[in-house]
Amino acid sequence: MIDAIYNALDALGAGARAAFSPTGLPNLVMIGISLTMFWLAIKKEVEPLLLLPIGFGCLLANLPLSDVMNIPGTNLPNHEGFLRVMYDMGIGNELFPLLIFVGIGSMTDFTPLLARPKMILFGAAGQLGIFLTLLVALLILPYIPGINPAQIKETAISIAVIGACDGPTVIYVSNLFAGLGKIDHSMVGALAVAAYSYMALVPIIQPPIMRLMTTAKERATPIPPAKNKVSKTALIFFPILVVVLTGIIAPKGLPLMGSIMLGNFLKMSGVVPRLTQCSENEIANISTLFLGLAIGGTMAGQEFLKSQTLMVFALGLMAIVVDTVGGLLLGKIWYKLSGGKMNPLIGAAGISAYPMAARIVQVEGLKANHQNHLLMNAMGANTGGQIGSVMAASIMLAILKGMGLI
Amino acid sequence: MDNTTFGLTMLLVGMGGTLLTLWILAILIGWLTRLCDTSKEGGKP
Repeated sequence: MIDAIYNALDALGAGARAAFSPTGLPNLVMIGISLTMFWLAIKKEVEPLLLLPIGFGCLLANLPLSDVMNIPGTNLPNHEGFLRVMYDMGIGNELFPLLIFVGIGSMTDFTPLLARPKMILFGAAGQLGIFLTLLVALLILPYIPGINPAQIKETAISIAVIGACDGPTVIYVSNLFAGLGKIDHSMVGALAVAAYSYMALVPIIQPPIMRLMTTAKERATPIPPAKNKVSKTALIFFPILVVVLTGIIAPKGLPLMGSIMLGNFLKMSGVVPRLTQCSENEIANISTLFLGLAIGGTMAGQEFLKSQTLMVFALGLMAIVVDTVGGLLLGKIWYKLSGGKMNPLIGAAGISAYPMAARIVQVEGLKANHQNHLLMNAMGANTGGQIGSVMAASIMLAILKGMGLI
Repeated sequence: MDNTTFGLTMLLVGMGGTLLTLWILAILIGWLTRLCDTSKEGGKP
């Protein structure tokens, strides 16, 4: 009897012993990180929709002796933790990011882009960060301890895609590699957190670069509103056009582009308000919750706290900065070629952070000229950035397919 | 393929391909908006 009581008490204390053992230290650090995520989400309102579930998943996965992310065949045979079930249900097969894209598509209005189609070129320039960061990552990663030399290309690509400034795209691409065993599953969590953190930090990252790269005269340049109106028929055919073009040029990106354009097609058709509302609300919300929890579940201390996680954050920041520089450079070239009829600030909106980047352009434009309302043109560039980021990822996947890497 | 060659190929073909594709898309959107004229149905400004 005494033995039974002792064993029972001993079992109750196992968690505390594990937490304060040397091997439990990384988990304690991760619990601290999850608490920081809660603070950022609740107190600072930084991407609360994502950071709260990711933080909670991270907390659950790092509590001592937690088996919520248990992989069959490890410490509890024939048992899968509930976060593992969620992971397999929608991240392992890339479903959740695509469902979120359906929601994003149904929330996006491409009218400003269709009114000024050339604005989409900013959406291309705003992807410079992806490709330049890829090159830099390929040069740096071989010198980072702990990175498998056979996985350098795939690791570099996964990090560079943070430059898409688009969480679902980052998760989709990195998980594709994780599924093929070409990067560690634990990296998907670091990549997702970096991507969403930098998306939230766009209002802090972009303005200094915008002011540094443009003169006061350039920033004050007004842009007349678009003269042409956009018909409903054009808005209905637009998603079909984009999907067909993607299918022809980069079919590997069709799941990404197809899902965002499906959401937009439902919205623009105007005949399925229930499906549109469902995409905007239920589908996007449930997918976001499950995706966040499952991503948080991959952030176990022993796997997450590695030198490569630091590289993910450092290179991810570089990608976003270079994206902004790329867009602004095109803006400055456009300003010169048009004889001062384009405000270079619009270039900074050519990233996928929608509608945040467009609003920043509007604010910076107004600071330089109180009569200068750049919002509609910036929205055109910003929606162009959404398409540009998905197109860049699609083209990247198409090239990798051509090279036999996927 | 070594890492530098791979990175440069991706930079040139990837960035170039993205620019070219979106430029083509800009042209197609221009055609689409002209084809679907608002004068027939009234449109959003």
